[in-house]
Amino acid sequence: MQALTQRVKQVDRKPMTLLERIYLWNIVKGMFITFMHIFKKKPTIRYPEQKREFSPVFRGLHVLNRDEEGRENCTACGLCAVACPAEAITMEAAERLPNEEHLYREEKYAAKYEINMLRCIFCGLCEEACPKDAIYLSETFTPANFTRKNFIYGKPDLLIPNVKTESGEFAKAKGM
Amino acid sequence: MTLLSFDWPLLLEKFVLIAIIVFTTLGIALYTTFGERKVAAILQDRPGPNRAGPFGILQPLADGVKMFTKEEIIPTHANKWLFILGPGLAMVAALMTCAVIPWGGTVHIFNRDVVLQVTDINIGILYIFAVVSMGIYGIMIGGWASNNKFSLISSLRAASQAISYELAMGLSLIALIFVTGNLSLGEMVKQQQTHWWNIVYQPLGFLIFFICAMAECNRTPFDLPEAENELNFGYHQEYSSMKLGFYLFAEYINMIMSSAVMASLYFGGYDIPFVDDNLLYNSSGIWHTLAPFCQVGTLLLKIVFFIFVFMWIRWTIPRFRYDQLMNLGWKTLIPLALINMVITGSLIILKINHWHF
Repeated sequence: MQALTQRVKQVDRKPMTLLERIYLWNIVKGMFITFMHIFKKKPTIRYPEQKREFSPVFRGLHVLNRDEEGRENCTACGLCAVACPAEAITMEAAERLPNEEHLYREEKYAAKYEINMLRCIFCGLCEEACPKDAIYLSETFTPANFTRKNFIYGKPDLLIPNVKTESGEFAKAKGM
Repeated sequence: MTLLSFDWPLLLEKFVLIAIIVFTTLGIALYTTFGERKVAAILQDRPGPNRAGPFGILQPLADGVKMFTKEEIIPTHANKWLFILGPGLAMVAALMTCAVIPWGGTVHIFNRDVVLQVTDINIGILYIFAVVSMGIYGIMIGGWASNNKFSLISSLRAASQAISYELAMGLSLIALIFVTGNLSLGEMVKQQQTHWWNIVYQPLGFLIFFICAMAECNRTPFDLPEAENELNFGYHQEYSSMKLGFYLFAEYINMIMSSAVMASLYFGGYDIPFVDDNLLYNSSGIWHTLAPFCQVGTLLLKIVFFIFVFMWIRWTIPRFRYDQLMNLGWKTLIPLALINMVITGSLIILKINHWHF
């Protein structure tokens, strides 16, 4: 049979040689190996001071997007809620009033948009289902919390800051 | 008034010495726990505890505070007095060893020559053996009083292991006593200052003694009493708070003490290598006053080295199986120690007879 890897080592059940039976020599060899580890580079990332770089496709906390004029993209079509395998997303739609054109891009918007972060599995299917580029997964974690209720993120938690009115926060959220 | 004609300054001197030695030992033991974690981490390519204070040096204090503030639990079915006696006995037995270890030469202070050894009894080694055996009572009593199968098995293991390995340890020491001709630790160290260190005369004896010391301290290749994956922590399973702390502490103090004994018996004790200590004492000026402290430092360095070796071995080799442990003790170490004894004895007889019959 062909070996699957290069590192296959045949087990032999030969009786041990005298040197092996004394065992002391093997202990010395083992101790040499562990001693050499003193000089090895440590792969630890010291977390609060150093942070590990995320991969470019990392899927973290959700962000509800706005367009370049600061209007919400979401039209409450519900495709993300349908796509969600964990059923973490709920929303309520509402009709845009005539004086709200600067707030919502299209004539229907999400009055309530909630994601339960305890249910969410961060698969990113909502992001793929969205026809309006309204939901994105960012490169941050869901922070820890003490109650289950606080893990249900509403619109204020999810919406990206407005470019027009809150440009400072927007830049910070974008990581610029 | 005969009672009051006692040498009170001597009593005071000894009390101060005992206090210094005990508290230093406790301090070192505290930092040995830190050292253990650090050595383990470094040997496994980890940084180890590094949060409490710079480089984590306040970690032992944090551990101590944690231990003290934890809830003290005494199981309902445990024998309460024995349950409390166990850790206390383990601690006392561990600390009692330091009485006969020579920590250095003589310090001249307040017009007195203070010998840096609590008492140089002429049966020093026997005393150490007696006290070390008493340490097993701590484990036995603790395991029995916990009223728990695992603890009982563990304490039985500890006792049988200690008995088996004390035999080989004693036999390996007999050969050493042949060489030195006395049982007093202070005398042995003085001999090694002028002659070679005893390790040169007794390499095999040292090896046996070292292995047995490791078994006596319940260190890893021989840590069957607390084998956490079989007995879930063994004899200290039911213990919490500072009683658990005492058990863990006693183990580290035992380690320090066996390192000190090994250094004194085989590695010249407080003898500074490559330096004639007597020359240092007889010289004038700063070296004359510093000499005893240099000696104490040397002994401490040797102890630290042995502790490092203990830890190094712990994080290198896995635990023995119970039958392997018994085989090693009874079928390998005891015969080896006997052979060592016979060879040493015959060589000494040959030497006394000027190498001919």
